[in-house]
Amino acid sequence: MSSTIKLWDFSGGIHPAENKERSTSRPIQSAGIPGQLVLPLQQHIGAPAEPTVAVGDFVLKGQKVADVSYGIGVPVHAPTSGTIESIGDYPVPHPSGMADRCIVLKPDGKDEWCERYPISDYRSLERDEALAIIHSAGVSGMGGAGFPTDIKLRPPRDRKVDTLILNGAECEPYITADDMTMRERANDVVAGLKVMAWILRPERCVIGIEDNKPEAAAALRQATQGTQIELAVIPTKYPSGGEKQLIQILTGMEVPSGGIPADIGVMCQNVGTAVAVAKAIFEGSPLISRVVTVTGEAVKNPGNFEVLLGTPLNYLLDQAGLQQDRVSRLILGGPMMGYTLTTTAVPVIKTTNCIIAAVADELPAPPPEQACIRCGQCAEVCPMELLPQQLFWHAKATEFEKAEHLNLFDCIECGACSYVCPSSIPLVQYYRYAKGEIRVQRAEQLKADRARERFEARQQRLEREQQEKELRRKERAKAAAEAQANKKAEAERAAANGEAVDERAAKSALVEQALARKKAKTEASDSKAAAPSEPAQEKPDIEALEKQFAQAQSKLETMQAMLEDAKAQQADNVDKLERAVTKNHDRVKRAEEALADARKILANQPESQPTE
Amino acid sequence: MAFVQQSSPHARSARPTSKVMLWVILAALPGLLAQTLFFGWGNIINVVWCIAIALASEAAILKLRNKPVAFILKDNTAAVTGLLLGLSLPQFAPWWVSGVAVISAIVIAKQLYGGLGSNPFNPAMVGYALVLISFPVAMTTNWAEPALLWDKAPSFADTLSVIASAKQTAVDGWTMATPLDEYKHKIATHTADEVLAHPTFGEGFAKGWEWVNAAFLVGGLVLIGLKIITWHIPVAFLGALVVMSLAFGSNEDLYAPLSLHLLAGGTMLGAFFIATDPVSAATSHQGKLIYGAGIGVLIYLIRSWGNYPDAVAFSVLLMNFAVPFIDHYTPPRTYGHHKARRGLPGGGRN
Repeated sequence: MSSTIKLWDFSGGIHPAENKERSTSRPIQSAGIPGQLVLPLQQHIGAPAEPTVAVGDFVLKGQKVADVSYGIGVPVHAPTSGTIESIGDYPVPHPSGMADRCIVLKPDGKDEWCERYPISDYRSLERDEALAIIHSAGVSGMGGAGFPTDIKLRPPRDRKVDTLILNGAECEPYITADDMTMRERANDVVAGLKVMAWILRPERCVIGIEDNKPEAAAALRQATQGTQIELAVIPTKYPSGGEKQLIQILTGMEVPSGGIPADIGVMCQNVGTAVAVAKAIFEGSPLISRVVTVTGEAVKNPGNFEVLLGTPLNYLLDQAGLQQDRVSRLILGGPMMGYTLTTTAVPVIKTTNCIIAAVADELPAPPPEQACIRCGQCAEVCPMELLPQQLFWHAKATEFEKAEHLNLFDCIECGACSYVCPSSIPLVQYYRYAKGEIRVQRAEQLKADRARERFEARQQRLEREQQEKELRRKERAKAAAEAQANKKAEAERAAANGEAVDERAAKSALVEQALARKKAKTEASDSKAAAPSEPAQEKPDIEALEKQFAQAQSKLETMQAMLEDAKAQQADNVDKLERAVTKNHDRVKRAEEALADARKILANQPESQPTE
Repeated sequence: MAFVQQSSPHARSARPTSKVMLWVILAALPGLLAQTLFFGWGNIINVVWCIAIALASEAAILKLRNKPVAFILKDNTAAVTGLLLGLSLPQFAPWWVSGVAVISAIVIAKQLYGGLGSNPFNPAMVGYALVLISFPVAMTTNWAEPALLWDKAPSFADTLSVIASAKQTAVDGWTMATPLDEYKHKIATHTADEVLAHPTFGEGFAKGWEWVNAAFLVGGLVLIGLKIITWHIPVAFLGALVVMSLAFGSNEDLYAPLSLHLLAGGTMLGAFFIATDPVSAATSHQGKLIYGAGIGVLIYLIRSWGNYPDAVAFSVLLMNFAVPFIDHYTPPRTYGHHKARRGLPGGGRN
């Protein structure tokens, strides 16, 4: 079957030492229940979850302990039964070594499940129901950045997914978590893939696997027997497991720059994610554990472990027999794209696929950086067909505009260029630096642009007001002049008509007029002086406030309805609408408060109730 | 316990620049061997002398620039520059001619521009062109007669004493005009057959030179096989030379035949060892093709209609000038883009 599948090649690529056999000699073992589980509230890109439990609460295995209230995210579940010990900031796995909000669970050792609702015939569900189950099971991508799976499975309306790819390439050296998962749980992998295929209804469903995993390929071949699922055994070459590269290998198409695979009708899902989906549907189990490769020469018993999420790495490393005195470098992820850790006191999260405890000469520190001789080895191996040496040159010279022009942002940071660089230049680090600087510059530019727009708008408004004022003044002057002219003309006409002008009468009339004006003025000032005693201005206008409240409420309802629609349709403006809803929510609250205040005031001063 | 903190990737292949350069030196050895077999000891003495001067002048200038001397010397790039000059200078060129060539290559063309990686021109060719223009007599009269024609071959000591003397012109009887030189200057007044009767030519080829060129070709193929250079520059270089010769030089009574163009002079050394200097060459594959072809065309133009019998140095230097321009207009198409972004950011007004 695999021989009939047409494969393409991607440009560049390298063949680093694989070091995979070290961790594939033993089957996946359970790592057991550690004394403490630390569950970060944010385990993927998007919004962090909010705790739904309090310190001291007892939770069952699989019970939801945190949920997302807004934004992109998935809930977090208790990996075993126990008590919530604390909620606070703890070190999380991150290149910066930062701390973030976590829920700490003290297991009771009973490992008691909560109520689960397995579904045997998912085809009887609505697709949205299946997606809801996947969402509430907390499933997010387990191969890369951990994008929430239910959202990924809802591609934009106008993008039909024709090809669903299951990424079992696992091209990074050392890592064998997917390999072992495919070997031992091929049926789960295929079951999860079938669920995703049922949701997406693609025309083609293909599993991509590198040819250095014959056992996994054999297991999958058996599990896919009699299905439409294709099994593509691809040549081993790093980074064939990169999403863009795997898509190119299996379809010959390229994901447009800045786009997503769905733009060309393709979607990639990871092997581990497929298993998580299968568990969510067929067992009703949320994502509470994953397979992690523990390897490196500093561990005595390297292998793959089924690890509860939240398990501290030091516990896991002890299970694998870490030799404390030998480890020099601790890497989370693979040797090509993983990052070094400062401490073992961080937990396993949904995206943790591998931990390497390397001894000093296993992954030696690079020799000092030398001058770039433009040998072009980097360009030869770049899977994105960039010019790494030119990017390096511009990044180093802080000529970011030129680096961007040479498509810096298409770099996937696979590290192939740094791997081959004969001058041992940390090229990827230069690109990360340049990208970071450009992002900061863009943010600042945006800010400056907004400030300028605001300023210009204000200037325009002021000018406009000035002009309007001037215009009104001119009109008034013109009117006055006309009135003057009319008066004059009338007087002249009267004189011309020879009407008798009783000068005295006219004079007395003028005096009378003046007196009348004076009187009116005094009266007006009197009434003004009396005004403060009148409650009219302080009187809370209940009616207006009530109207305001009702308006705000109805607006909020409309907004919420719109948001619901947008969410259902997977529209792009969900975020915006969400913000709008929160804003309107505040508005309703304020209107309600104002109304309540007004009522209180009225209740307190009934004697000053106006009669009108 | 403090763990090593480092940015990815953590794994590296182990072929440092020093090894790349060492391979270049090793790949040039067959050529040097052929030169020695067919033209005597001159080239070996030149190579040793040039490498010594190159290392000494690089060390001196690095010291002046407060750079780590030993660390940089170990990258072997200065040695390669010395080697290339030793291979390309006339066998009996006096010591000071080669000394001037090497020092100007290392000090002016390489280090004054910022050292390795920053030089826009091929250092060895800057040195070569400089002495070719400055000392035309020394650079044209000191080419060794093919060893096959020598009655009594000059010994190592003889050769050394000639090179070590300060005289510009060497011993008559040991030297002879190069085939390209001979052809160029005789063809105006003679027929092709008359010119080719000169003993410097073998059976339609340049005596000895064809083997030297063949040896450099073999060394060059090794470099391509080792992925130290790519095929683009040599193929474009030689291809352009062939096309030019077929287009303009079919009449052997007017122009040197194709066989001479390919197998006499510094053609193969230039195509595989000199034009492929990555620092001063174009970057992308397409750029390398244009760059290599440009050198091939220029070599033919200068050899056929210029004042110099050979033209590798000038052609390479002229194309070095064009490299930034070529690079701006030949970036590869990046994955996910419809076409390559040519020119400069902002439409070339930069």
